Amino acid sequence: MMVSPAESSQLPVERDHALMLLREMVRIRRFEEKCAELYSAAKIRGFLHLYIGEEAVAVGAMQALEADDAIVATYREHGHALVRGVTAASIMAEMYGKQEGCSRGRGGSMHLFDAATRFHGGNAIVGGGLPLAVGLALADKMQGRPRVTACFFGEGAVAEGEFHECMNLAALWKLPVLFCCENNLYAMGTALKRSESEIDLCLKATSYEMPAWPVDGMDVVACEEAMQRAVPAVRSGGGPYFLEFRTYRFRAHSMFDPQLYRDKQEVEEWKKRDPVSTFQARLREQGLLNDEDLKRIEDDVAAEIAKAIEFAEAGTWEPVEDLTRFVYSERKRA
Amino acid sequence: MTAEAKTVRITYREAMRQAIREALNRDPRVFLMGEDVGRYGGCFAVSKGLLEEFGPERIRDTPLSESAFVGAGIGAAMGGMRPIVEIMTVNFSMLALDQIVNNAATILHMSGGQFNIPLVIRMTTGAGRQLAAQHSHSLEGWYAHIPGIKVLAPATLEDARGMLWTALEDPDPVLIFEHGGLYNMEGELAADAGAVDIDKAAVRRSGTDVSLITYGGTLGKAIQAADELTASGINAEVVDLRTLRPLDSGTILDSVIRTHRAVIIDEGWRSGSISAEISARIMEGAFYELDAPVARVCSAEVPIPYAKHLEEAALPQVPTIVDAVRRMVGNRG
Repeated sequence: MMVSPAESSQLPVERDHALMLLREMVRIRRFEEKCAELYSAAKIRGFLHLYIGEEAVAVGAMQALEADDAIVATYREHGHALVRGVTAASIMAEMYGKQEGCSRGRGGSMHLFDAATRFHGGNAIVGGGLPLAVGLALADKMQGRPRVTACFFGEGAVAEGEFHECMNLAALWKLPVLFCCENNLYAMGTALKRSESEIDLCLKATSYEMPAWPVDGMDVVACEEAMQRAVPAVRSGGGPYFLEFRTYRFRAHSMFDPQLYRDKQEVEEWKKRDPVSTFQARLREQGLLNDEDLKRIEDDVAAEIAKAIEFAEAGTWEPVEDLTRFVYSERKRA
Repeated sequence: MTAEAKTVRITYREAMRQAIREALNRDPRVFLMGEDVGRYGGCFAVSKGLLEEFGPERIRDTPLSESAFVGAGIGAAMGGMRPIVEIMTVNFSMLALDQIVNNAATILHMSGGQFNIPLVIRMTTGAGRQLAAQHSHSLEGWYAHIPGIKVLAPATLEDARGMLWTALEDPDPVLIFEHGGLYNMEGELAADAGAVDIDKAAVRRSGTDVSLITYGGTLGKAIQAADELTASGINAEVVDLRTLRPLDSGTILDSVIRTHRAVIIDEGWRSGSISAEISARIMEGAFYELDAPVARVCSAEVPIPYAKHLEEAALPQVPTIVDAVRRMVGNRG
């Protein structure tokens, strides 16, 4: 089985594609920086989990997926939703709790859903999304549809029984599910090495007869390449694959986290590998990016976010009379 | 139906199997999955023979991974299938509680109505077979606490035969609780029996003096108690709830308004229970109609024991129901 050191990519990237990857990472970064501000301004409430530092994973991973593939994500899913095509406006409105939000304001930051892009939710129970992904893949297999379900989860989920049940079931039934483990080293405040007897996550996956390898989750091109390798195999009936994206969360777990569990020095070390700035530097070195490109990206992103906020601010509150809607379906059998 | 209407002699188990077979034949999206549903023929032999008839894709044996296969049922339902997931007993469903409560029951609402979960989960419930404290509990009342799911308890051959299809047609998750003591129940069922409604309680025996309100495994005991009470001049009505969520308050209250007395019989424990909920609804909706305080006959508040005499003592029984009614109504014999 494939267990090797985390793969980094030195491959050349085509300019337009490279700028798109950079733009997507910048979108997530700036969107979330704004979310943090809006949280402090009490526009956004509840829990808010930022993805800053991990952008390369979602951006790279989504490139390999088709429009009719399915996504299952966690409560740290703003980035995945944005790259998948859920609009910044509907995500922002969701965080505002407005009915124009992608979940009508019923889910909030942790529960972004979007049927149009087959975004099956932020799931806020660690490991709880894995069985859903297995089931979505089962439905595709039983109906003979060549689709892939990409299931994102953190390394903390590896400690859950559901993780092992799902690895086994997906491999046993050779289901088209791609397990994307975002290993940011901390399950909230608990370091991987403090919670797992075996910290080689790929080894766990390979024990279920599943191809698995680690990927440099700070390198967007490496993330994309890994997915480009895994997705066709999964789609063509090769059974599930497991990718361990080694990444790092630069911000606190949520907005209520004083980060007592890790050294500032460690955070600073990882920031040297910032997926956005390192990719920018790399593109400049290769002559693929100039100041003008960067300014255009930043301006476009700023405009998109400003519009999203405007949309959320202008959004409306769902009438309280609608409170009990959608506990049960309003339509009969489809 | 005429007196000559054709009937067949059938058990509850066979009626359930017929229902599953019919569903598999009617809708290619339907499949059955669970522990030992295939090769073994089902822990309680409900699915016996179905593997041979429908093959391993649609009669799907699973590993002992309740959370994964119940969650897979949720995902498959979202993906366009119509899964029937079988969990061996309600006690084992605790291992899938996360998926049932946190996903199946929430996703429609949490997604603002975008993703419904047309899933049916069947499981055995109840005591009476000396299986002790990890195979005998009646936790359906717990599930009835949860908005977003529906909870059915077929107590008759008609309901065993007819509830499944209606549940599969429902766009939302439906849990079906089959009392283990009912599988061998045998009787006559209309040869053309088919789908039945899943939203109304049923008056199984009409009466004027007291309403015995029950469901599932204790329906037979309540009817037997009602029969015995006639010797004491007490004419008891028996209401079969059939569906524990949403609860058909209308039928319950109509009955109590007719009889002015209510005894609730439930194999679950009384504390924090569905029997408490029914009692509260009677207080809220028919307090001034009552001639006596509502009474309950429930299981003793102990884990169900193995020894036969202790198990029997722990459960609602015909004599305890009869005693409760006599205490309430007075002996009219």
